[in-house]
Order: sequence, then structure tokens, then C-alpha cells
Amino acid sequence: MSALYNRIMKKNVSPKIKERAMSHGKPFFETGNDQSGALVEGWKEIAIEKLGEIADSNRGFRLFLDSCVKCGACTDKCHYFLGTGDPLNMPVARQDLIRGVYRRYHTLSGQLFPRFVGAVDLTEELIEDWSTYLYQCSECRRCSVFCPFGIDTAEVTMAGRSILDAVGLKQKYIHAVLTNVHKIGNNLGMIGPAIADTLESLEEEVEEDTGVNVRFPLDEPNAEVLLVVPSADLYTEPHVDGLIGCAKIFHQAGIRWTMATEASEAANFGLFVGDDSHMSDIAERILTTAQNLGAGQIVIGECGHAWRVASSYWRSLFKDGMQGFEQLPEPVHICEYTHGLITEGRVRLDRTVHDSKVITFHDSCNVARGSKMGDQPRDIYRIPRELLKAACENFVDMAPDTICENTFCCGGGGGLLTDELIDVRVSGASPRVHALEQVIEKYGVTHMAAICAICKSQFRTVLPHYGLGTDMIVSLHQILGDAVVLN
Amino acid sequence: MSLFVASALYTAVAVLTIGVLWKIFLYARTPVPHMIAVAPVPRTRLGVLSRLVRETLFFESLFRASKWTWLFGWIFHYALAVVLLRHLYFVTDPIPAWLGIVFVPSDYAAWLLTASLVGLLLRRLSVSRVRYISSPSDYAMLLLLLVIGASGLLLRYGTHVNIVAVREFTLGLLALSPKDLPQNLTLYIHIFSVAILAVVFPFSKLIHFPGYYFSPSHNQRYQ
Repeated sequence: MSALYNRIMKKNVSPKIKERAMSHGKPFFETGNDQSGALVEGWKEIAIEKLGEIADSNRGFRLFLDSCVKCGACTDKCHYFLGTGDPLNMPVARQDLIRGVYRRYHTLSGQLFPRFVGAVDLTEELIEDWSTYLYQCSECRRCSVFCPFGIDTAEVTMAGRSILDAVGLKQKYIHAVLTNVHKIGNNLGMIGPAIADTLESLEEEVEEDTGVNVRFPLDEPNAEVLLVVPSADLYTEPHVDGLIGCAKIFHQAGIRWTMATEASEAANFGLFVGDDSHMSDIAERILTTAQNLGAGQIVIGECGHAWRVASSYWRSLFKDGMQGFEQLPEPVHICEYTHGLITEGRVRLDRTVHDSKVITFHDSCNVARGSKMGDQPRDIYRIPRELLKAACENFVDMAPDTICENTFCCGGGGGLLTDELIDVRVSGASPRVHALEQVIEKYGVTHMAAICAICKSQFRTVLPHYGLGTDMIVSLHQILGDAVVLN
Repeated sequence: MSLFVASALYTAVAVLTIGVLWKIFLYARTPVPHMIAVAPVPRTRLGVLSRLVRETLFFESLFRASKWTWLFGWIFHYALAVVLLRHLYFVTDPIPAWLGIVFVPSDYAAWLLTASLVGLLLRRLSVSRVRYISSPSDYAMLLLLLVIGASGLLLRYGTHVNIVAVREFTLGLLALSPKDLPQNLTLYIHIFSVAILAVVFPFSKLIHFPGYYFSPSHNQRYQ
């Protein structure tokens, strides 16, 4: 694997096609003793009908399937293709898994001349390919940036996954997370007392470190800010350091803020399976909590797709405006919020604490390609960088074709952050890691900051596979928090 | 034979018009459930318009993606536009004065059109990634366009055909009283290929125009 990676990436050419190189990278599915899932009776008709329903209800999906001209622009843009050489990981080939069936059953040309136009019958073998290769897409949308028509493979992947769900193939990891969040309120399944305990111990830890009593309020009414973080921020490294950083900034700026037991999860895995009802249930929990607590402002913590859902989907999930949530202002990303505090001079940063570091920034795909910050289109790239530069003298960017809208996914997004997909995740990380290695070599980069829980967990796992240390990956707000001058 | 060509062209134009209108209606009717514009997302209507215009005129995204495909694709579309303009000669009466401007450029455009199609075909054949994703219809489309381009060149520089008589014929079509079409095999090949292209247009990937303008990933903005 690493030889392949070296050959591909060091020379910066796209890999040779290796058919079926990643066919073993299939996730576990619910039901069935062998974790391979089981198709429900009448699966074929159900799938074909559902495919038609999606085409009728989602203009993008129909248009994307109709209008691809097979120009090849996307073929060498996916990190999973670059990392594996498996041609079914070329975005257009991934779409074709669905497009072929759409053509066969829902278009005239595919019914009349299937072979000629690349239309294919829906078979069990094809379902096998769907359940493999639709889960080797992290829905990061890098391909769509290069498509002349903006064809968005993530829309096709989501549609395909929702069809798989409908025929009985529910991906185990995503659905376990969804069960947790619906039942208990967060992806990790942390119950209320555990959250309270964690925050209490964080308070003690920070006081021990700094001598300052920085509070981590929980369920406090009428706060200015309700901070909603991914539950990983309460549980694991380096995520929790980011949460500590946020608390220090709020403390120093004198913001009355709180977290909430009932809104202890920013993430929204409903997005990954393209399921609006999951998505709106999870979003509604946050909005209702904010309303009940009388919070002034919802601030979303460091979680990439959570921010995509909050900034791009909340409004449309609740069709008639925000359905009773109108009095709540639009959610704000934590970076935009703390950027405001620092710009206003409400928090002072001491950059010297980071003098021994050289920091780079990993744009998380869902933020960089599916969200907004500030009031200019490119503020999603500017704001996090300005924050890092405010806290650290030595900031460098990775290669231009690997950052901002061109950013490479960490390799673990979109519901792939599960152990059985480790091969997919390691090879999918290779384009990002290569860009990182370049700046390590050139500028002596010591740390890579991220603003996404999945990115952080993924890099913690995969960096050692490339001979890099797990402590290279840090939370952006950890870098800020360490530099905050507390008093 | 003239009558046969005439009915083929009538059919082709009818299928093209109704088919494309139907597709536009279908796209316009299908809802856009969520905000899925690809960042950096414009914040103003003008920003969205500018994005669509830049993609239309310069193929901005394709340029960033693949320089060769961009070069061949961009030349092809512009050359096609110029050549199509020249064909207004056959369907306008009187011929607008400004049309004279395109006559010389369109001679070059016709060669560029054909050459760029060869380039696109060679790329489709030689890049293994692109070959992998190509269906027979993708090659057929290029070959059909090549036949149109080559027969057009042949009509211009090779075989002699009385284009004044061809114009009489096409103006007759427009007036719904078809005249005689000069007997010329190359001309028949040219016209029939165009008719086939028109018929498959609404049912094939060619619908990317006008479909593109409905693309939610480019034609959406944050409020």
C-alpha cells in the first residue's frame, strides 16, 4: 500500500487503474449473523421505485444522472481513487453504478438500447457493488468542484445509500450512531450524569493547569450562547482540548454560555444516508433545547458536517420557515464567533506559547465545500486561518490544490469512520498526508489543526500508518485556548 | 428524395423542440429540497449569474480539472457556435448584414471543430480512466459529430454543391412548401447526421445544455 502511495503521490500523477483493488472494503450491515445484511423480499421493485421517487423529488439528482458527458474531469480527483487505483472509486464510475440502473428502468434510451447507453439491470451483484463502493465515498464533494456542471457525487451516494436502507441493507456504524442519538441524545451514547461529570472534571483540570476557574456550564437558562459540540469533544483527544479552548475564550470574553444535556450532539448522521426525517429529528432536538433554555444564540462547535447541516439544511428541513424556531437567530460557527471576539479585542492571545510550533490547517470538506461563514464566499477559508495566525507566528498552508475548495477529505468522513473500513480509510488519507509531508519537509510543520471531530479521529488513527505521530493533529480551538491570556 | 429529407428534418426539429421543452419542464418542476451549492458559494444574485456566465463562456471548472479536455472541449463548443451562426445563411431571408462577419472565421472554425473532435476522441481512447467510463454511445456521439464536421468540410472544399439551391430548399422548409434539394450524397449524409443528432439530443447527455442552468450546485446562493 505505501509503495503504491509513494509511486502515485510523490510523482503527482494519477494512479494506474487496478480493477477491483478495493472490492474487499465493504462495511458491516445490520441484521444477519454474518454482518452482511439481508435483502428484503421484493427488493428489486422497491429499489427501482425508490430510485424513481428520488429522481422525481430531487432536481439535482435527476439532472446529475442525465447530464454527465463522461468528460473525465472528475476521474482523478477523488482521494479514494488516488489512494487505491480502483476505477469504481472514480466519481463518475461511482455515479454510474446508480446511473446505469436509472437509465435502464427510468429512461427511454435505456429501455430501448441498454448496452449502447451503458444501462444495466439491477442484480444482486450490482447491489453488492453499491454496498461496497457507495461506502467508499465520504460525500466530500471534491469531484463536484471540478465538474463543469457541478455534478455532485454526494447526492448520488446519499440517494444510493437511502435505497440500500430501503431494501434492508443498513450500514451498521451509521445506524448504530443514529440509534444512539435518537435514544440517548448523542452519537456516543453518553447519558446526562456522565456529561455533567466530564464537564466538572474538565473544570478541575483547567483550574489545576492555569489557576483560573474556567467554568463549563451545563443546562444553564438564558445564556447568550448555547454551544453544541460533537459528543467526541466530551470524550476523546485531541477533541476535548478544543472544547477547553472554547471555554477559555468564552470565560475571558465574559460570555454567558452553556452546553446542554439535551443538545449534546452537533453531528447529524442523517445527512450521510440522505434521510431527511433523521436529519430533522436530530436538528429539532437542538433547536427545541435552545428554545427551552432561552439561549440567545446557537453556536456549532468543531464538527464539519454538523456545520453543513446547520448552515445549509436547517432552514429547508423545517419547510415553513423554522416552524416555531423563528425567534432564534441563524446558527453561527464557533470559528466565526471566536473570530469576532478576538477581532473586537475581547480576548488577548499570547503567540509566544506557540513559538516552537509550525502549524498548518486542514480544511474540513463539509465546511470548505458545503457551508458558509461571515458574509463573503471565501470567509470559510479566511476565518479559520486568521484565527490560527492570531495564535501562532508560524502558519503555513499546504499546496493550493489540496486546500480551501480543493481540500482533500481526511478519508474517514461520510460514515466511514469504522474499524472494518480501515484499509479504505488509510488509502483515502494518502493525498492529504502527502500534502502534509510536503510542508513538513519544506517548512518543518509540527502540527495540523482541524475543525472536525471526524477528521481528528481519522488522523489519530491513520497518521501512524504513514510514520507520523498522532499528536500532530490538533483542534483549532486548542491552539487558540493555549494562547489565551487568562485572568 | 427531397420530400423524404424534408419530412426527416421536420420530424427531427419537432422531436428536438418538444423533447427539450419537456426536459426543461421536468427539471423546472422537480423540487430542489436543500441548499447544495458547492462552495465558495455566491451571496448575491449577481454572483450566481457571474458563476453561470463564467462556466458557460470559459468552462472555468473544467479548466481547473483537465487542461487538455478543456482545450479540446472549449474549442469544439466555440467552433460549433461560429459554424452554426454561418448556417443562418440557410434560414434567413433577407440575410442579415452582420452575418458577413462570420463567413471567413467560420472557415477556420469548421477545421477547428473537426480537429477538436479528433482530439476528444483520441483522449477518450488513450486515457485509460476515460476509456473505462465510456459507453458505446459516448464514442458514437463523437463519431456522429465527426461525420457532420467532415461532411461539412467536404461540402465546402470538396464536392461541388449549389448552396443557393440548398438555401431555396431550407427557406422552402420554413415556408412549409419544400423545394427540390440538390442531388448530392455528401449533402444527404450531412443533413441526416444532423437530423439524428437533433433526435437524440433530448434523450442523451447532450441535454447538459440547457440542463446545466438548472444545476443546484451552481445555481443557488446563501441568503
